[in-house]
Amino acid sequence: MRDYITSYLNSSGTPGEAGNIFWITVYILLIFAGVAAGVICMNWLERKIMAHMQVRLGPMRVGPHGLLQPFADALKLLLKEDLMPEQADSVVYHLAPLLVVVVAFTVFIVVPFGPSHAVTDMNIGLLFMLGVSSMAVLGIVMAGWASNSHYPLLGALRSSAQMVSYEVAMGMAVLTAVLMTSLHGGGIYGVGGAQESGTGTLSMIGIVQAQAGQHVWFIFKFFPLGLVSFVIFAIAMVAETNRAPFDLPEAESELTAGFHTEYSGFRWSLFFLAEYAAMIAVSSIAVTLWLGGWLRPFPNWHGPQVAIPGFWQAGSSNGVVDLILAMAPVVAFVGLGGLCFLGAWRMAKNPLFRIQMLGLAAFGALLALVGLICVVPAVRDRVQDIFWFVAKVAVSMYLYIWYRSTFPRYRFDQLMKVGWKVLLPIAIGVLLATATLGVVIQAVMAA
Amino acid sequence: MTPVATPFFFYLLAGLALLGGVLVITRRNPVHSALALILTLLALAGIYLMLYAPFVAGVQIILYVGGIMVLFLFVIMLVDVGRAEKEARFNKQWVVGVVASLALGMLFVSAYVKGKALFPERLARLAEESNTQEIAKFLYGDYLLAFEVASLLLLVAMIGAVVMAKKRV
Repeated sequence: MRDYITSYLNSSGTPGEAGNIFWITVYILLIFAGVAAGVICMNWLERKIMAHMQVRLGPMRVGPHGLLQPFADALKLLLKEDLMPEQADSVVYHLAPLLVVVVAFTVFIVVPFGPSHAVTDMNIGLLFMLGVSSMAVLGIVMAGWASNSHYPLLGALRSSAQMVSYEVAMGMAVLTAVLMTSLHGGGIYGVGGAQESGTGTLSMIGIVQAQAGQHVWFIFKFFPLGLVSFVIFAIAMVAETNRAPFDLPEAESELTAGFHTEYSGFRWSLFFLAEYAAMIAVSSIAVTLWLGGWLRPFPNWHGPQVAIPGFWQAGSSNGVVDLILAMAPVVAFVGLGGLCFLGAWRMAKNPLFRIQMLGLAAFGALLALVGLICVVPAVRDRVQDIFWFVAKVAVSMYLYIWYRSTFPRYRFDQLMKVGWKVLLPIAIGVLLATATLGVVIQAVMAA
Repeated sequence: MTPVATPFFFYLLAGLALLGGVLVITRRNPVHSALALILTLLALAGIYLMLYAPFVAGVQIILYVGGIMVLFLFVIMLVDVGRAEKEARFNKQWVVGVVASLALGMLFVSAYVKGKALFPERLARLAEESNTQEIAKFLYGDYLLAFEVASLLLLVAMIGAVVMAKKRV
């Protein structure tokens, strides 16, 4: 038993490829917990960031700076009465939120947090992610129809039309990036540099390895083609997840709450969980395809070699730059802890605030402790990939909040026009241009 | 990597596919029928995976479950389900239905009986790791003409749909 558990640690692949069921279970539980924690953070961050963008304070009452607000909300939702309209179709009504949540979490099987930090690597990884996440629309349609009510039905119709339309543009943008994995040559235009890597792939890990092999993130490849396809994906993914400014399926001013109007309590919170999990999932597709996945910024720039006994070994890929960037997780967590201490110190010096102040200081100490654990070489080397991947996804999640608080909602005909008449033609054009440029450059290089 | 519990998964998926198929024709509510059809399609995708055809399985889910069935549901949801439930089903087509299913059943039985002569006995050796690449080579290499003809057919169907949907062309 112990040998079975430790045998995986020597392999370099994902637990799925090693076929080790113990570590598969561990990875699934860790990713589930991580995504759930991410959703809790997003709940708090979204309110706080939007509030500050609108010159408000946001939640301030539950815990220091409202830090415990998500937990209070979760408790409220669990205690709420679970209602169902009398004329609703009970089987479909109960099935819809389950389907949405299962789909939203299933896609994380292939998300590559690092070269070996994924549950498994599939030959069709990207196809699997797009296919399973396209099933989310089924859950929304089922919820809207089963509620047997006007607003949910209209919301479900809008969302199915919208998601099916934007999937087309999204697929074309994704194809551009997949095409780039098949190119030889390194650098932005594939001229000179590394000549390794060549066969195209749909595997999520393979796509990041192709970017490492070509020494370029695909967002910069064939500038501006990679950038344009990334922008198209970034717009389409907002529409796919039904977020502002494309949140017509749940437009409050027109449809109350859209497809989940009739849901309450725990079932409503499942929709909430699934929406944010889906946002994290599509963001990680974008990060994997265009932003270099787990690769740190400037992965080929090492600087002069340096050695610190017992902490840092000198090597061809262990330079000063590597050392400085390896400390990024430490700086991030200790910095966050420091901000918490600053907040605790600035809090009103009133006995009523003592518990809040101590709580915030304890939270800061916890964050700083996590940061210090990241200094230990064994931990440091294993969390690098995960840190950079999560940091890139976090930037994308921040953009989601930013969009929501700045852009006005589209009208439905405008939405369709943007999807079919603007995004799709540009995406097809970029795909053709990428294919042509790739063939021409390789022919020129071979000559 | 060795396959895990192959017979068990085969019977599970085949059973789910059959269950879905039976539900499609027995449910009175068309939305329930459509959902049962989705169950069948998902079970078939699983069977494709067991046949070492991951690409086909992925495309099955994207196209049928994520695309076509959503549009099906989209239309069915707008139908007055209450009236559809009261209407008589199988509008005197049962003779045709019995003949068709008997013919199909006999075809299956004969294929099962004579199968050894018809199909190669050895298992097809497929490269699971490069499945997608192999399919691409066949589609855009050996069978390019057939592929282009099929895509032209789909284009014609698409233009036809647009023409029919538009009031004035």
